[in-house]
Amino acid sequence: MKTAKVLTTPRMERCIGCHSCSLACARLVHKKLSWDTAGIRIISSGGLSTGFEAKSCLACNPAPCALACPTGAFSQRKGGGVIFKSKHCIQCGDCAEACPVEAIYLDATSEPFVCIHCGQCVPYCPHDCLEMAEVVVEPSTEKEAEEVAS
Amino acid sequence: MIRDHFRILTVDLTSGKGKIVTIEGRDTEAGGSGLAALLFDKYGHLDKPWDVPEQPLIFTIGPLTGYFPLMSKTVCGFKSPYHNQYGESHAGGRSALSLRFADLDGLVITGKAARPSYISIGSRHLEVKDVHYMWGIDLQRSGKMLRKMIGGAGHRSIFRIGPAGENLSAYACITVDTYRHFGRLGGGAVMGSKNLKAIAIQGDGVFQLPEGKEYAELFEEVHKQLTTTDMMDKYHNLGTPVNVAVLNGLKALPIRNLQQTTDPNIKGITGETFADDTLLRNTACAGCPVGCIHIGFVREKFMEPNQYLYRQVSYDHEPIFATGSMLGITNAFSVLGIIDMVEKMGLDVMSAGVALAWATEALEKGLISEKETLVPLKFNDAAGYKEAIQHLGLGSNDFYRLLAQGTMKAAAQYGGEDFACVLGQEMAGYATGEVFFTSQALGFRHSHLDSGGYSYDQKHTTERKVKEAVDFLVKDEQGRVLLTSMVACLFAREVYKDDLLADCLSSLGYTTLADNMQQVAQHIQKLRWRLRLATGFDPAAVKIPKRFTEVTTWKGPIDPKFLKQLKKEYTKRIIELGKEEPKEQ
Repeated sequence: MKTAKVLTTPRMERCIGCHSCSLACARLVHKKLSWDTAGIRIISSGGLSTGFEAKSCLACNPAPCALACPTGAFSQRKGGGVIFKSKHCIQCGDCAEACPVEAIYLDATSEPFVCIHCGQCVPYCPHDCLEMAEVVVEPSTEKEAEEVAS
Repeated sequence: MIRDHFRILTVDLTSGKGKIVTIEGRDTEAGGSGLAALLFDKYGHLDKPWDVPEQPLIFTIGPLTGYFPLMSKTVCGFKSPYHNQYGESHAGGRSALSLRFADLDGLVITGKAARPSYISIGSRHLEVKDVHYMWGIDLQRSGKMLRKMIGGAGHRSIFRIGPAGENLSAYACITVDTYRHFGRLGGGAVMGSKNLKAIAIQGDGVFQLPEGKEYAELFEEVHKQLTTTDMMDKYHNLGTPVNVAVLNGLKALPIRNLQQTTDPNIKGITGETFADDTLLRNTACAGCPVGCIHIGFVREKFMEPNQYLYRQVSYDHEPIFATGSMLGITNAFSVLGIIDMVEKMGLDVMSAGVALAWATEALEKGLISEKETLVPLKFNDAAGYKEAIQHLGLGSNDFYRLLAQGTMKAAAQYGGEDFACVLGQEMAGYATGEVFFTSQALGFRHSHLDSGGYSYDQKHTTERKVKEAVDFLVKDEQGRVLLTSMVACLFAREVYKDDLLADCLSSLGYTTLADNMQQVAQHIQKLRWRLRLATGFDPAAVKIPKRFTEVTTWKGPIDPKFLKQLKKEYTKRIIELGKEEPKEQ
């Protein structure tokens, strides 16, 4: 049985709003200093007095953003989520519009930033809010299904 | 963004227009405290009162802001309504990262809006908006309104004032993101004098990081030191309130207007009790994985049968001392109730608590009556103090309006100067001895954070060496001014030693600054003192009230002679520091 890892945010009620996860993603994955151009972003939910929420990819399968992408820059990732190929992106922003949980950030040029489920942010969370979860990869073709069955 | 100059946004509230200005000085004034002083030198008016529209309100960050953990503070520079001299106040929250991501090293606000307004800025926008309907609304309610009006939850910072700032209280604070404050010296009144209810900063810029491994590896090292060693445990665990029991044990906790320094009933307001009974959660400044902000709660029955409301209130050692021990209150929830009212009014909590402690004793002694206080102030009467805080914020009568200008100003009129616990401004929560009293009375910000005088007192129990003690204050101030020019949280001072700071600066390409840190620190220290003296500070005229000489700590009674010698020596050194620096050939 094939498996994949996806980023999950199971303990956000512990979040202290330090933004270390977002800053780590921007720094390590995108080589930028930012709390926006990151696959996980922290917002305060109705002001600081009610805590924090994470905006990150829920690893949809099928992913509405990939379905909405007109050029194939977003394609379905096995196990959920998407693979992004920037050279195919025309910066139309349809992906961000299609995402039901606002997980995709568009920068000033409409370049999308989305979680790639690499898990590099996880160790930077001081309160263990984040976790890489293992998911079973559903076979997407008949051939793959046969391989799994055999 | 990494650049060899400063990128400053100036906003003129009179015209409603702004301007981006490029200013040189990265290698000499660095940022933060140094940059704020540089900007005050450029835009400030030394000889004009604090509240003329042309005086600037300045916010600055430093070269390391956002690039390394705990580089998370903003410096606010202004001519203070408290003493009409140049002063600084510092705050965290999301302020520093928001300015960084708005692509600004500093924000300078001048002029006066025609009607109460807010300023909204970001990396790609500037707006001055009329919000006259928000004037008079308390901080918690106006905060909710502002959050709805301004987008970008989580990646913005909102500075705002309450009634105290609007009423020009000399110790009105600027509240940042609900739980943090530019607390001391009356920055809130400067905003009030400009008809400025709030400033919203959207951190929506994105920057490239330095290429190569140096920065990336150094970040990892710093992050590791800050999160895996026990250096930050104090702040993460009980937080600064751990000091309450420690100082009480040392007979160094100001209690009942400093009539006592220890109380057998202190258990009700120790850091341990706050954590056990009231702590809901911790929160953090943006860019800091430590999370030292402790949030407790107040729960009030407002109606029968069993109708309650609750609010979340942040607490620290200083608010607990000022609204707890100083007012004779030894119940944690009562303390949080008073802090909550201070938050609504937008007052500096230390000054407000200490002012009411003086008023309580003045009432006891018959110098003032209930005609002035409106409520029968009594030590340990939390309900009375909550009401009094409201009067102080709203300026309900002549007495409260005067008290809101400073305890010593009220004492000058009504009497009781001997027991006004004022060290430049209302005292901080340390009655550790002569060195701390001198340090706060004469220190640049009149803050317990100017230098570690409280720590020196604790480490030098029997010594009475004047020169050594003052050398320490001057040297320690210099170290701290370097940190507050980066701008580091001072809680990280054990991590960010000189070598590490130099490495951090070098990794971002600030090699000249890294090579000259000591000279830069000295220069900034002198620049700040020069501005302070030029705006009227006379250290020789500072009086340390008699109450401070009546204190007994674990070391025994205060030595008035030693205190006098320290004051004299520190005065001499401050005047030397404030002399014009020779121009380089």
